[in-house]
Amino acid sequence: MGEYMIDLKGVSKAFRKDQWVLDDIHLSILEKEFVTLLGPSGCGKTTTLRIIGGFEAATRGDVLFEGKSIRDLPPYERQINTVFQKYALFPHMNVFENIAFGLNIKRVPKEGIQKKVKDMLSLIDLKGFEKRRVHSLSGGQQQRVAIARALVNEPKVLLLDEPLGALDLQLRKEMQVELKKIQEQVGITFLYVTHDQEEALTMSDRVVVMNEGRIEQIGRPEDIYNEPKTPFVANFIGESNLFEGEMKQDNLVYFQGKRFQCVDKAFADTEKVFVVVRPEDVELTGKTNGIIEGEVLRTTFKGIHYEMMIKSLEDEKEWKVHSTERRTPGEVVGITVRPDLIHIMKRG
Amino acid sequence: MKSRMAYPYIVWLSMFIVLPLLLILYYGLTAVDGSFTLDNFQRFIDPIYLRVLWRSVELALLSTAICLVLGYPMAMIIAKTEIKRRNLMVLLFILPMWMNFLLRTYAWMTLLGRNGVINNILGWAGLPELNLLYNASAVVLGMVYNFLPFMVLPIYTVLSKMDQSYIEAAKDLGANNRKVFWKVIFPLSLPGVISGVTMVFMPAVSTFVIPRLLGGGQLMLIGNLVEQQFSYVGDWNFGSAISIVMMLFILISMALMTRFDKEQQGGVGLW
Ligand SMILES: Nc1ncnc2c1ncn2[C@@H]1O[C@H](COP(=O)(O)OP(=O)(O)O)[C@@H](O)[C@H]1O
Ligand SMILES: [Mg+2]
Repeated sequence: MGEYMIDLKGVSKAFRKDQWVLDDIHLSILEKEFVTLLGPSGCGKTTTLRIIGGFEAATRGDVLFEGKSIRDLPPYERQINTVFQKYALFPHMNVFENIAFGLNIKRVPKEGIQKKVKDMLSLIDLKGFEKRRVHSLSGGQQQRVAIARALVNEPKVLLLDEPLGALDLQLRKEMQVELKKIQEQVGITFLYVTHDQEEALTMSDRVVVMNEGRIEQIGRPEDIYNEPKTPFVANFIGESNLFEGEMKQDNLVYFQGKRFQCVDKAFADTEKVFVVVRPEDVELTGKTNGIIEGEVLRTTFKGIHYEMMIKSLEDEKEWKVHSTERRTPGEVVGITVRPDLIHIMKRG
Repeated sequence: MKSRMAYPYIVWLSMFIVLPLLLILYYGLTAVDGSFTLDNFQRFIDPIYLRVLWRSVELALLSTAICLVLGYPMAMIIAKTEIKRRNLMVLLFILPMWMNFLLRTYAWMTLLGRNGVINNILGWAGLPELNLLYNASAVVLGMVYNFLPFMVLPIYTVLSKMDQSYIEAAKDLGANNRKVFWKVIFPLSLPGVISGVTMVFMPAVSTFVIPRLLGGGQLMLIGNLVEQQFSYVGDWNFGSAISIVMMLFILISMALMTRFDKEQQGGVGLW
């Protein structure tokens, strides 16, 4: 009891009758953990955050904070702060007043406020910006003020809803590193929302992959990437080739009309499975040395590697292959996959 | 192209605004024989007239304040109603405005009069008759009743357009409903409040119909003074001078208001 910072117990949400936006969400978050909700737009990430922040009520289920239910607490009584999607900095206040807002509400003495705001400004690298109007700041600066405004209240949990969504790529990358650094520095729980899988994988301790109001998989970034549990996760995280196949015995899977060695046990005789192979895990061999023969359709240079679409001569299905080795379109090549790079998941 | 499109507007502007203003200015600065003089203004600096000006401002301010106190919560209620019923509420609210202004004011006379509806009801109940009409309270009531929509509508507009995320952010940072209102909602609605105050104060300070009908001529306001000069006394020069004083007075108070507004909003005022 009480060891989880946040514990969602079967949370479901319907804005309209029987239209479930969230469906039985179970999620336990530890102290000081950086957890990311990842999923396509509309899958219910924001709604989950809003339920934790207190801006929406769960239709079913309970939200525990340090082991106690906070279902009925209004937002202003929760030790949780939020960085909103569009920052929501108060336009009638300057940077200092924005950051000091929460402290003023709590009637922290003047000197205390001065010091804390100053510390925050140096944490977010905006020293000397106290008197600036928030409209005169760049997107990245507003972003950091929003983070400071939340963190200055020393919450136990910080909720961040796509905080880098409006920034350009370069700035995003910088802010990802900076946010991670800030989280380690202040040592509190971050619950982060994004639809950008790369962002989720680089920043998080654990990633929660969501789809259509359900949790598809929870795990460390490496596990999510290497061992996707559902076809959705395999497709959403990175690129992948997805095949339908069957497991006839341990360590042997049939797909594309061929047998492949793998490292999974068959759960039952001739079990139907999905087979996932990452493009970078496909090995190209000479024409006859592979398990499958295929014809190169297209070759695209991607910087570090070439991306090739190879059509299997067996059943016309296309494979996406990443390789540093260039093959010209029209060429017929062999394809193999190392047993441990074949991922098997149950089907049906 | 663009400037040619503006011609009708310029014509309209000069016919209906610039020309009358120039005329008033001309009359105000001349004597009956047409010679330049400042006498008309000098005449106004007299305790009798200054007291009239002061009373007009006082009553207009009081009416504006009452309109604000009544109108702000009304605007909030309308803005919080779900969209479907909101338009109906706005409609109900502005419906009386489609009725003639005089008619509405006469209606109040029949309500408040010595033999009016209210006194009849009081009489039936065996209560003593009240002097409801022909005093300052009746005038203030008339102003509030007639000008309240001008307060509600601009405030409602600002409130309904307000980004809800500011309110959520304030709650997130620990503000309860009362603090959310005073620290976020009210300051952000100031542009609406200021245009509401302007739109109520201006007609209230210059009205002559309301004090005539509901004040019964007992209560001379500056609007009546101007009207009197033009319609009864026939002293257009003095009437124009009073108008100019009143206009300057309104202009100065508006300028002060917008300056205050700009300071609050960081430069994005209404004007
Ligand atoms: N206030 C609301 N009323 C009705 N439907 C809503 C409301 N908020 C969100 N939704 C719906 O809930 C679903 C999930 O939305 P959201 O949580 O914002 O997704 P995400 O943040 O993952 O993009 C969407 O289909 C959205 O249309
Ligand atoms: Mg969202």
